[in-house]
Amino acid sequence: MLANHRLLLPVFLLMLLAFVTCLALSSRAHVEPANRSAATDPKLADGLAAWKQVYSVLTSPRCINCHTATNYPQQGDDRHRHFANVIRGPGNIGVPALYCEGCHQTANADSTGVPGGPGWHLAPLSMRWQDTNDRPLSSAAVCRAVTDRSRNENMDGSALLKHHQEAALVLWAWNPGRRPDGTMRTLPPLTHAQFVAATRTWVDAGTPCPRGK
Amino acid sequence: MATYQLNVNGKSKQVNVDPSTPLLWVLREELKMTGTKYGCGISACGACTVHLAGMATRSCVVPVSFVGERKITTIEGVGEDPVGRAVQNAWVEKDVVQCGYCQSGQIMSAVALLKETPKPTDANIEESMGGNLCRCATYVRIREAIRSASEKIG
Repeated sequence: MLANHRLLLPVFLLMLLAFVTCLALSSRAHVEPANRSAATDPKLADGLAAWKQVYSVLTSPRCINCHTATNYPQQGDDRHRHFANVIRGPGNIGVPALYCEGCHQTANADSTGVPGGPGWHLAPLSMRWQDTNDRPLSSAAVCRAVTDRSRNENMDGSALLKHHQEAALVLWAWNPGRRPDGTMRTLPPLTHAQFVAATRTWVDAGTPCPRGK
Repeated sequence: MATYQLNVNGKSKQVNVDPSTPLLWVLREELKMTGTKYGCGISACGACTVHLAGMATRSCVVPVSFVGERKITTIEGVGEDPVGRAVQNAWVEKDVVQCGYCQSGQIMSAVALLKETPKPTDANIEESMGGNLCRCATYVRIREAIRSASEKIG
């Protein structure tokens, strides 16, 4: 009996060591496979780096203010709630008597400070890039939303590239007009050419998404 | 300056103004149609609401150069339409108006709502009228009048 008891402690310590080692390895395997793969796959690494650039644009106020998870758009660089009790409405275009286009015309109205473009509207909730507390979603979550064809109006990589190249409201982000006080609205962190180039690199790499929530 | 041919309440009007002039000021200053009111000037209060091609539009922030061929309906002309007439009658019936300053815009928004949603729920009314402010707080009577007009237009 005494000999058995003497064996218990080292056996327990060995089991504990094995458990901790497995835990560490499994955690590492869960968090870093993309990075490990990217280390051996330059195209994937380039794609993920390009996505990081794309994400920086998508989460800039000119883009994300109309990709909310709530029933209202936002405005301004501080992304505050749109004034005048403007709401999303069932078609993402406002509601009768308070449609987006009741103020936002087909082009910027610089004399009154109201931005505009063809078909001004909110992105559908399936393309929300924020949580319900108005915080931007993670890079991985936005990437999943953008690449999920059941949520993105069935756009594949080439359609996403074309959307970033040509869509009128995407282009508006680089021509956002003047604020009511006459100053220029701020632009996304990349030029449109850089944004399109980054999108192309990301699409060519197969639209990879970073791992994580 | 530029010359614009506008269709206001079914009548053709010509104005010669700076292209950046808000439609509100063309109506009030050039055409002397003062039923449409200036409230905030930044589309936050709804007092300046008119219809552009039937859509409730804040005339204080829409430069006249953006109007194009779209028909403009103002508070002076909305009563020519059955829904507009029903709303105006309901406003009188329910004695909605207190100071009255915002009521042109309220009526224009109510007509726009009822034309698309003839039987609005209270939520529909709250949402659609949410952009029209009334400092006299006549909101309860506005809602009653919209309900009344809704019944009248069948």
